[in-house]
Amino acid sequence: MSERRCSPEDDCSSLLSRLGSDSPRPRMKYGGMFCNVEGAFENKTLNFESLGPRPQFTLKLPPEAVSGCVVGNVTSVSTGATIAGCGDRLIIKGGKIVNDDQSFYADIYVEDGTIKQIGENLIVPSGVKTVDAYGQLVIPGGIDANTNLYSPQKGLNPADDFYQGTRAALSGGTTTIMDHVLVEPGTSLLTAFDQWKDAAEQRACCDFSLHVDITRWHEGLYEELETLIKDKGVNSFLFFMAYKDKYQSSDSQLYEAFSVLRDLGAIAQVHAENGDIIDEEQKKLLCLGITGPEGHVISHSEEVETEAVYRAITIAKQSNCPLYVTKVMSKSAADVIAKARKKGMVVYGEPITAGLATDGSHYWSKDWAIAAAFVTSPPLNPDPSTPQYLTSLLACGDLQVTSSAQASFSTAQKAVGKDNFTLIPEGTNGIEERMSVVWDRAVATGMMDENEFVAVTSTNAAKLFSMYPRKGRIAVGSDADIVIWNPKETRIISANTHNLNLEVNIFEGLEFRGVASVVISGGRVLLEDGKLNVTEGSGRFIPRKAFPDIVYKRIKARSKMAEAHGVPRGNYDGPVHDVISMTKSVPPTPTTRGPPCPKTLTGPRNLHQSGFTLAGAQIDDHIPRRSAQRIVAPPGGRSNITSLS
Amino acid sequence: DPVRRKTSKAWNREDELPVYLAGPITTGPNQRKTYGMFSSVEGAFESKTIDFENYAVGRKGSRTPRSGSRERLLDTGDPISKTPSEARESSLNGSPGERDEARSRAEVRFSSGTENLNGKSERLLIKGGRVVNDDQSFYADVYIEDGLIKQVGENLVVPGGVKVIEANGRMVIPGGIDVNTCLMKSYLGTQPVDDFFQGTKAALAGGTTMIIDHVAPQPGDSLLEAFERWQEAADKKACCDYSLHVDIPQWNENVKDELELLVQDKGINSFQVYMAYKDVYQMTDSELYEAFSFLKLLGAVVLVHAENGDLIAQEQRKILGMGITGPEGHPLSRPEEVEAEAVFRAITLGNRVNCPVYITKVMSKSAADTITQARRKGSVVFGEPITASLATDGSHYWSKNWAKAAAYVTSPPLSPDQTTPDHLHTLLACGDLQVVGSSHCAYSTSQKAIGKDDFTLIPEGINGVEERMGFVWDKAVAMGKMDENQFVAVTSTNAAKIFNLYPRKGRIAVGSDADIVIWDPDSVKTITAKLQQSAAEYNIFEGLESRGGPVLVLSQGQVVYEEGKLHAQQGTGRFIPRKPFPDYAYQRVKFRNQVKHKQGVTRGIYDGPVYDVAPIPKYITPSPSAKTSPTSHQPPPIRNLHQSNFSLSGAQIDDNIPRRSGHRIVAPPGGRSNITSLG
Repeated sequence: MSERRCSPEDDCSSLLSRLGSDSPRPRMKYGGMFCNVEGAFENKTLNFESLGPRPQFTLKLPPEAVSGCVVGNVTSVSTGATIAGCGDRLIIKGGKIVNDDQSFYADIYVEDGTIKQIGENLIVPSGVKTVDAYGQLVIPGGIDANTNLYSPQKGLNPADDFYQGTRAALSGGTTTIMDHVLVEPGTSLLTAFDQWKDAAEQRACCDFSLHVDITRWHEGLYEELETLIKDKGVNSFLFFMAYKDKYQSSDSQLYEAFSVLRDLGAIAQVHAENGDIIDEEQKKLLCLGITGPEGHVISHSEEVETEAVYRAITIAKQSNCPLYVTKVMSKSAADVIAKARKKGMVVYGEPITAGLATDGSHYWSKDWAIAAAFVTSPPLNPDPSTPQYLTSLLACGDLQVTSSAQASFSTAQKAVGKDNFTLIPEGTNGIEERMSVVWDRAVATGMMDENEFVAVTSTNAAKLFSMYPRKGRIAVGSDADIVIWNPKETRIISANTHNLNLEVNIFEGLEFRGVASVVISGGRVLLEDGKLNVTEGSGRFIPRKAFPDIVYKRIKARSKMAEAHGVPRGNYDGPVHDVISMTKSVPPTPTTRGPPCPKTLTGPRNLHQSGFTLAGAQIDDHIPRRSAQRIVAPPGGRSNITSLS
Repeated sequence: DPVRRKTSKAWNREDELPVYLAGPITTGPNQRKTYGMFSSVEGAFESKTIDFENYAVGRKGSRTPRSGSRERLLDTGDPISKTPSEARESSLNGSPGERDEARSRAEVRFSSGTENLNGKSERLLIKGGRVVNDDQSFYADVYIEDGLIKQVGENLVVPGGVKVIEANGRMVIPGGIDVNTCLMKSYLGTQPVDDFFQGTKAALAGGTTMIIDHVAPQPGDSLLEAFERWQEAADKKACCDYSLHVDIPQWNENVKDELELLVQDKGINSFQVYMAYKDVYQMTDSELYEAFSFLKLLGAVVLVHAENGDLIAQEQRKILGMGITGPEGHPLSRPEEVEAEAVFRAITLGNRVNCPVYITKVMSKSAADTITQARRKGSVVFGEPITASLATDGSHYWSKNWAKAAAYVTSPPLSPDQTTPDHLHTLLACGDLQVVGSSHCAYSTSQKAIGKDDFTLIPEGINGVEERMGFVWDKAVAMGKMDENQFVAVTSTNAAKIFNLYPRKGRIAVGSDADIVIWDPDSVKTITAKLQQSAAEYNIFEGLESRGGPVLVLSQGQVVYEEGKLHAQQGTGRFIPRKPFPDYAYQRVKFRNQVKHKQGVTRGIYDGPVYDVAPIPKYITPSPSAKTSPTSHQPPPIRNLHQSNFSLSGAQIDDNIPRRSGHRIVAPPGGRSNITSLG
């Protein structure tokens, strides 16, 4: 919404001309006491087509590729006409459309991968496939804001790559994933990004977007960041506060990076754990002879997570940068976020499937393979009341987005760390179960309503990451990523029936209410009657714009407000104690890796650039100083500026 | 006579330590008859008295046997001339106007007139005062001999020729302990204008009879040498008893040996670490973790200067870049959150290591709240607000007068929020903060002017040693937030407990040092640089009124301050050594050590397939933050739990063992092994 590129006249006329004209007939169902105002949701619908060109949003695939795979399991075809061409023409009938703000009964007509009409008794061309949604909810496809389908850990590639992963995502009702590009320290961000994008375009079955993880910050990354944000459609970057000596960033680096991201309009994400403490605790535990997966949770204690969250928020506050905390796993970390939000900080928290559905007691399992399957960072909390607590914060809006943090490693891969828990590759599954878990734990228990469900599984993520309203909403002009949700059905999770390669599922045996019965991605029905019908490589990359409104409106206003001003004073003309030129005992700064004052940059003014440095050589070192000449003025001073009266 | 003093000092250092806490407390059998309904339980405070004589090795012969004085006391237990309730009533109701002149000041007179004021009699009787300890107040006389309190009670039988001080119902409190002064902390080669002489004089004038000064070595200096330098200077100059904290400017292996020596032989049990001053004193979290672990093994209290140095360095650059060079840049670059964040982190570290943490200079509401919350969750953490944060606020940084603005520069800075002092007093009154320090470190205006064009160069330090007790009384007790017992606790007793000086200091009890203050709650004083003892030409409390102040101060049984006149003598202060493992801080820690024992899970050996890892090219640079190798050798006596051959980064210890390279497994992903199957 924020990034419309069109002349204002066009905008107005096209918008206004379409208002109220989408449905040919007045709706009669409205008007009851608790019903919505008639037509209230219509002006929330955008018609993208009328808003000017959108070249990069077109389907990348040649028509043949799609038509080859078209849908064999159509429930009913209204006429005998065959379906061909680019994308399905679909009408979804009889469902209750649920957006994040309201629910209503209407039919949806989908053509060319976008939603064309919403309303009742739509006039549609013949030969349209009808999807029956009676008695079910029609929701925007889920957005999983955190997956790791391609990032290797310790040289191991995940057992589930973009194909397996997105397949599982689709089967659970998620139609967009946001994967993390893990850039190894010292390598190019752009190269890694291209590598990820290529891999995903070849393999992914649903739309995807990418976060970029920056494992070693230095000022030299500025240009690459600018390119990524302005040309490549990435607006979120993850920093690690853990993984000491590998990926960890110091506070200075975070501050610098956050300041740059703020200027460029991106969102800073953090993996919040205190790597220094973890490192020490790991050493200590290994010394004590604790080598099993329980060592993981003992060394990554809750406080260590909470502390880092607190610190990240402080740094973000100081640099006035929006912050997104990935993987909120503990009650106290969630509390810190909630409190900070109450104080007005722009911070978002993301609990994950595993954190909402299970707890960390399994780390003490006698079965090594099960215990190891739960290893992720921050770890699942051993406190069994954690899932419920996180769910309640999610329901009240203190946490905003659910994701899966999917990163699957097979038991054999996990067994690399069988004698040393620090070598176990970290990651849990959850991409497939995410939406069901939220429904079961939050909606079915009455903590959350269906609209809030849509918000936390899809809309909030779309808004935060600049995909709204293309994703995350059922509206005319939005992508036809639609899920028909059956709240009554239940399913039991098992590694035997899930869609991943993994041989262990951490939710094994749990029963969840709420199942995606039909999944439509890009206008094509991919899941129906329990049958998954995906095409490798059909996923498109979704570019995202900088300065998402929901995040940056406040930041912009605060940047204006927070200008600090000096006090204009007369010159101090009293005596000055002369400092004997000291031998500097200070080592060169060890934490900043890049040069502190790099070449001048164009674009926004860099406020951090200053000739002054606290350590070592000063910029005015070449100016000779008087050495040790003592003053003769009395301590009281005779100057008028120092006297008290 | 200096000879005797010297020997007594030497005795103090060598012999007293081992016996100091050797035996259980034994107190004489004694019945007090004079307690009324609301008085304390009979004998309640007696068990809090330590009879030092019982432990003293060197001095046994030189003292009157304690039992003797007890007997005499018993013999003379006669009906009392003045009941406590009467006296209390009069002291409570008496408004300043109604008081007669005689009551408003302490009188010194001599029962026989045979001794003169300057004589070294050291026999004193404080009569008619209300003794206020941290747990209770009661009316009693206090008899002092040889610098120690010998008797507390009514109608004491004392030898003739004793100097009698009439307290006239005023409060008799233990002398204050200022736990945070920097009287010798040099900045770029310049020394503070208040040295040990000036500083302790100012302390005495404010009712503080003991200071704990910070030994501040520069990075690379030997801690021991610095300690000795400080001790030497203080022995020569200090007018009141003192002890020393040692600041650890950087963490490395050499420091460990010195720390051990300081704790075990030198009587130091508190060390300060810095989370601020990037590239100078600042330690990384790893170093802090190691330092905390090591200090915990030694039984020391960790003092933390809590501010996020990384953020401050960044903010300073930014603010200088904006052209702000005046003192207002100081609070702008060190906002409240930066302090609160570091406090939070320090507490987290303390919890992980299970080590008591003491936060020096709590300056902001949010930092204090963080401490409060942590204490609610059971963390062993102490917070120390200082005179300045309790009496004034940071609005002065914006003063048009540069010299005035610069006088307030200290770190963490005074919070510009004007409700801060009130909030801190509230927390102090309810026990969430425990100790009041002053962080006295006085620089002259010309020294401050080193930073006239760059606020980051302004030497940091404010005054407050003299005003400390007065402001706590004025803003907390006189306002009704705190009672007089809590006043004694926060100005003296808590500090003595945390730093293991109790009950020698911080209590009026038989056997304690005769560091006593007669406190007048109604005296009003206007603070001004012209009348202060400190040599600084600026006082940050200039013009503020403060109710409550000392009338008479005794240090080691000598009258050193009386009616506005100081009789302090340079070099009379003794070094007070402190034992490690103070109970107040360490008791809980010890129990938690036992409870929090960690255990692994006993499992069958994993016998499933193991994915073979191809050797990864190492792209990792050597750790930049750890200054020393984690695997270098350790001192033998204490087992170092951190020593491990495992390292997350770079080369591993088993790198020399050849590995099969990239040899894929053939087992199916589901695995056939029984241990991996889920059944």
